[in-house]
Amino acid sequence: MFRLTCLLAAALFCGGAAAQPVPDSLAQRALACTGCHGKEGRAAPDGYYPRLAGKPAGYLYNQLLNFRDGRRDYGLMSELISPLSDAYLKDLAGHFASLDLPYPPPQKPTLATAELAAAERLVRNGDAARRLPACTACHGERLTGTQPGVPGLLGLSRDYLNGQLGAWRSGQRRAQTPDCMAQIAKTLTVAEINAATQFLAGQPMPADSHPAAALPGPAPMRCGGLQP
Amino acid sequence: MKRLLGVLAALALLVIGAGFAVLAWQRHLSDATPPSRQPVNLERGAYLAAVGNCAGCHTARGGERLAGGRPIPTPFGTVFSSNLTPDATGLAGWSADDFWRAIHLGQSRDGRLLSPAHPITNTTLVNREDADALHAWLQTQPAAHVPRREHELRWPYGTQVAIAAWRALYFSPGAYRPNPARDAAWNRGAYLSQGLAHCSACHAGRNALGGDSGPADFRGGLLTGLGWTAPSLLDPAEAGVQRWGEETLRHWLRDGHADGHAALGPMAEVVLGSTSHLNDADLAAMSAYLRALPEQAVTRSEPADPAPRRRERGAGLYRDQCAACHGQRGEGRRDESGALAYPALAGSRIVTQASAANLIRVIERGGFSPATPGHPRPYGMPPFAGVLGAEELAALASHLRQSWGHRAGEIDAVEVLRLRSAATTH
Repeated sequence: MFRLTCLLAAALFCGGAAAQPVPDSLAQRALACTGCHGKEGRAAPDGYYPRLAGKPAGYLYNQLLNFRDGRRDYGLMSELISPLSDAYLKDLAGHFASLDLPYPPPQKPTLATAELAAAERLVRNGDAARRLPACTACHGERLTGTQPGVPGLLGLSRDYLNGQLGAWRSGQRRAQTPDCMAQIAKTLTVAEINAATQFLAGQPMPADSHPAAALPGPAPMRCGGLQP
Repeated sequence: MKRLLGVLAALALLVIGAGFAVLAWQRHLSDATPPSRQPVNLERGAYLAAVGNCAGCHTARGGERLAGGRPIPTPFGTVFSSNLTPDATGLAGWSADDFWRAIHLGQSRDGRLLSPAHPITNTTLVNREDADALHAWLQTQPAAHVPRREHELRWPYGTQVAIAAWRALYFSPGAYRPNPARDAAWNRGAYLSQGLAHCSACHAGRNALGGDSGPADFRGGLLTGLGWTAPSLLDPAEAGVQRWGEETLRHWLRDGHADGHAALGPMAEVVLGSTSHLNDADLAAMSAYLRALPEQAVTRSEPADPAPRRRERGAGLYRDQCAACHGQRGEGRRDESGALAYPALAGSRIVTQASAANLIRVIERGGFSPATPGHPRPYGMPPFAGVLGAEELAALASHLRQSWGHRAGEIDAVEVLRLRSAATTH
């Protein structure tokens, strides 16, 4: 008799019961993101959709707000999250920030050693004459980012890094004002950007791949994205 | 020959003369409605601004609230919304009479006729008391300096003569006349839905000139430039709610999600900006009105020829890409709490609507229903834009439209491309 009832009500009851319920979790909800950003947010193979896993929560949250509110411009992303609240976006950012997943191997650089050495000097020391701070001053001595708002620069593909710095130069990518990364990207030459991203993408992940707890020292510039 | 030229010149003069006569007529519509004698009620003004979702169009993405500048795509070009804040570039110095003229007659303080992208056929029904409350509230908002951006409309659509002609055809100043055969709730729902909430701004069935058959025209149509269809509210097989439970509709309007129905795309925006703010009485009123709309089936265009191999390919894509969330038999999936996480596609109207625009749109670009207090953490659909091409989208959509008892027409890749171009054509 139960079977007969099942047959009669198949689509409504028994059909619904057949599929296991999904977990009521952020990981389940984040599947709408990982379709593009790779399994668990480890980045897509094409290098265009960046890794989300393990980035500082404040940074991810700011980027979600930037996309939703038009400071960053990628239609698919902005449209997808446009009906979501600050609170929900913060939850999703926290979810990806909490993931501790292995990183891809570094990309072998193609530049000459001397050029790479110059790039490393720029990354680690900046260029005071041109008011360029060292990348490490904000992104951490290990370049793995700093809490709560600065992303790491390692474990990202060269294409992605070049894409972002280019977008900052052209004004296509923006952050809250004052937009320090825009100033930096506009001061760097294209050759310097290329060398720096070759260097960064070629670095292996350090043993401790987590973002540092705080900036190594006072922030070298005022950055809107870092305001509490 | 000379005579023919003479006749043509005379005709041209006549047309130009008639154009200016219509313009003069439209610019000098008179109205003697006196200001409301009710004391200024700012709270009411704020509520009405939410019901009308003024900020929805009058705020640019990431811009100052109500300061305008949002591009509104139309079949005739792009219109830019105006600044409603009390700045010199907005409504600074506007009297309640000036504001009433804009909302009731569609005319700016400087005499300019507003573009019909502003839903004047709806706002003309707003009564003076409500208009005055809106005006008073807008004047208390933070002023933002955002100069008006010129519309980018193809000639002659942006000209005042063209707007006057459009108005002569499709607009007449009005007031909501209660229907004595209906109760107070229905009438309140009609006043809101036809007026301030301007449902027909999207849900009307518009002709080639963008004209509709009035503020209760809910026949539905493609939203050119947005790439979504606003489905008919008259057809229960489209988006009509005549057969929905009263509570379902109330919850859906409030939360953007109820009983397996999710608001997506532009409607998610409407729920966030407008209907989620409705008070209980107005929610009930709007539900009563919408559920009582007359039923009228949409005409369905000739579907693509059936192609069993296309559908077979679609069935394979469904198994690989969709079934994990939507179920092998399109039955949807719940979460551990028992809430519906992923909607059933069997019996889903977005799948079987006459236009496949929204189905294709959701598959390509994904989406969330709105995060509202009643439904704060919706599950979402990832975009498949980089995964499925036009042929695959057509195959998948055709499979969905023919499965589980569905009898909607198949679609081919040409239709997918046509819908895509409608999403970008201005």
